[in-house]
Amino acid sequence: MNVHEYQAKEIFSKYGVPVPRGYVAHSVLEAVENAKKLGGNIWVVKAQIHAGGRGLGGGVKLARSLEEVEELASQILGMTLVTHQTGPEGKLVQKVYIEEGVDIADELYLGVVLDRAKEMPVIMASTEGGMEIEKVAAETPEKIVKVAIDPAIGFQAFHGRELAFGLGLAKEEIGKFMKFASALYKVYMENDAELIEINPLVKTGSGDFIALDGKMGFDDSALYRHPEIEAMRDISAEDPSEREAGEFGLSYIKLDGEVGCMVNGAGLAMGTMDTINYVGGTPANFLDVGGKASAQTVAKGFEIILKDQNVKSIFVNIFGGIVRCDRIANGILEATKLVDVTVPVIVRLDGTNALEAAEILKSANIANVISATDLEDGAKKAVAAARGEL
Amino acid sequence: MSILVNKDTKVIVQGFTGKEGSFHAEQCLAYGTKIVGGVTPNKGGSEHLGKPVFNTVKEAVLATGATVSMIFVPPAFVADAVMEASDAGIELAVIITEGAPVRDMQMAKAYATKKGMSTIGPNCPGIITAEECKIGIMPGMIFKKGNVGLISKSGTLTYEGANQVCKEGFGITTAVGIGGDPIIGLSYKQLLPMFENDSETEAIVLIGEIGGDLEIQAAEFIKQHITKPVVAFIAGQTAPKGKRMGHAGAIVSGSAGTAAEKMAALEAAGVHVVKSPAHIGKKVAEVLNK
Repeated sequence: MNVHEYQAKEIFSKYGVPVPRGYVAHSVLEAVENAKKLGGNIWVVKAQIHAGGRGLGGGVKLARSLEEVEELASQILGMTLVTHQTGPEGKLVQKVYIEEGVDIADELYLGVVLDRAKEMPVIMASTEGGMEIEKVAAETPEKIVKVAIDPAIGFQAFHGRELAFGLGLAKEEIGKFMKFASALYKVYMENDAELIEINPLVKTGSGDFIALDGKMGFDDSALYRHPEIEAMRDISAEDPSEREAGEFGLSYIKLDGEVGCMVNGAGLAMGTMDTINYVGGTPANFLDVGGKASAQTVAKGFEIILKDQNVKSIFVNIFGGIVRCDRIANGILEATKLVDVTVPVIVRLDGTNALEAAEILKSANIANVISATDLEDGAKKAVAAARGEL
Repeated sequence: MSILVNKDTKVIVQGFTGKEGSFHAEQCLAYGTKIVGGVTPNKGGSEHLGKPVFNTVKEAVLATGATVSMIFVPPAFVADAVMEASDAGIELAVIITEGAPVRDMQMAKAYATKKGMSTIGPNCPGIITAEECKIGIMPGMIFKKGNVGLISKSGTLTYEGANQVCKEGFGITTAVGIGGDPIIGLSYKQLLPMFENDSETEAIVLIGEIGGDLEIQAAEFIKQHITKPVVAFIAGQTAPKGKRMGHAGAIVSGSAGTAAEKMAALEAAGVHVVKSPAHIGKKVAEVLNK
């Protein structure tokens, strides 16, 4: 689960990680009110979406008067922001964050993430703040300092020194930076975060460190023990089809091809997309129906897939394990009664009781339900059907 | 021969009397797995599926001599179960449970490693030595005995791969579903040398996925240490990019974890990489019939 910048900063504040003062706004009026509340004569108007690269996409703007706050807020609220992390379709901006201006002397990068190879959290820091960190990693990897923290000992002073000296900080800055990094590590561990990124981390004219941006993602499996974080979930920022699928225990991601896919297991679902691609077609989606594949989940899957107007055929690829194929075949037949399936459905069932399943589908004799013998046969038939060649 | 488990392996089940634990323990018993008991706190002294139930893993190990534990406890209790198993002298824990918090697994694995216990999973189908010992949730009947070892991150692709190998007239020595979570137990790099040293295994199937760099590490290892032919498939060549919030995880490993990158590394290591998962069985047959 991801949260917005303003929510990440709320969490940071609780742990003593310094952030600029700011208030979130849902309307232009509220944005101006927030700016008045903050006082001063310089504000930043920031689009709140679940993606990075907002500044380059035109979602972060500086205002020097209340009129400008009003103008910028009305521009940004309701815009569809496209950044390198949103995909070409972009994301609708429904909230803006109004923040006080900060005196920026230098911009750094600081992040905490799990290092899968070392199997412990790693703090990453870089002098190249404000840039895409992916770019820094690719072009000048020597400018990123990484320090892995063994949770058994936690954040120690030497970790902080390694980071601070690695960044080449001045003597009087080191203590402040170590305190900042230590607090951020605590934020990461105590909230079961998956990722924290502060880009930029600003060094102010007076030599203080402050999180100008904040991005946080959480381990979904650990949300049960963080109700206060789960309460921050912004359902409106999530894809409606993906969300609806999730409510039924399905995992769905829309793509832009023509062959809809319904598969059990994430690996086989990706493998099915790869097979469709290999035989010359284009997958319309990723859909993992999970371990059960009952009539209800299959029906829901059909419904979600068919919302996509590009879909010209559906390939149902189920490898029956503990759940027998004959039961899945009946489930599919049941589902075609629950949902008006308007495109050809190619069904490949393999594994336990596959022969019985084939018999069930054959005797049901439904015009647009076509059996396939194996994975490749199914993919070929689905691609041909999508082209009207079957 | 086989790797890690065989017909003599004594297995206990943690979360024995729960719904999932019961169902799958019964299937494993039917397959011939030597399940010698189970652990469910507060149910010690009773019997379940004709096997004794213990309150603690220590008691179970003492009474039965079990060396492997199959773990079915709910996600919030996985770390505790893994650490208890390692503390009781279990040698291998097979963790089936899906949805254990990453931080918990990090701690539990670090402790298990310190205690000398290996783990498989979590969130995996388990391990099976064909026609001898099934510890997990895979459909046993598709695994015919043979000379091919299989390692896979994905559950259903394990079945797909094994099924294709068997349909080509070959079979499986041992198949291991290692799981795809951020923190997992035994991985390609630890399992490959076991298959290399197993006299019955003549070829190895490696099934990977996008994300992380375990397959890249496997490629480096194969290049230096594996003489047996390896057939590989990496799922996710057509997976959408940029769907994640950030790419910091990929930066740490120094690789973006794309399918193309992994396939190239494996090919450079002399692995027979197939582009479609439908070709795993055929490629194994081609390699073994040479």
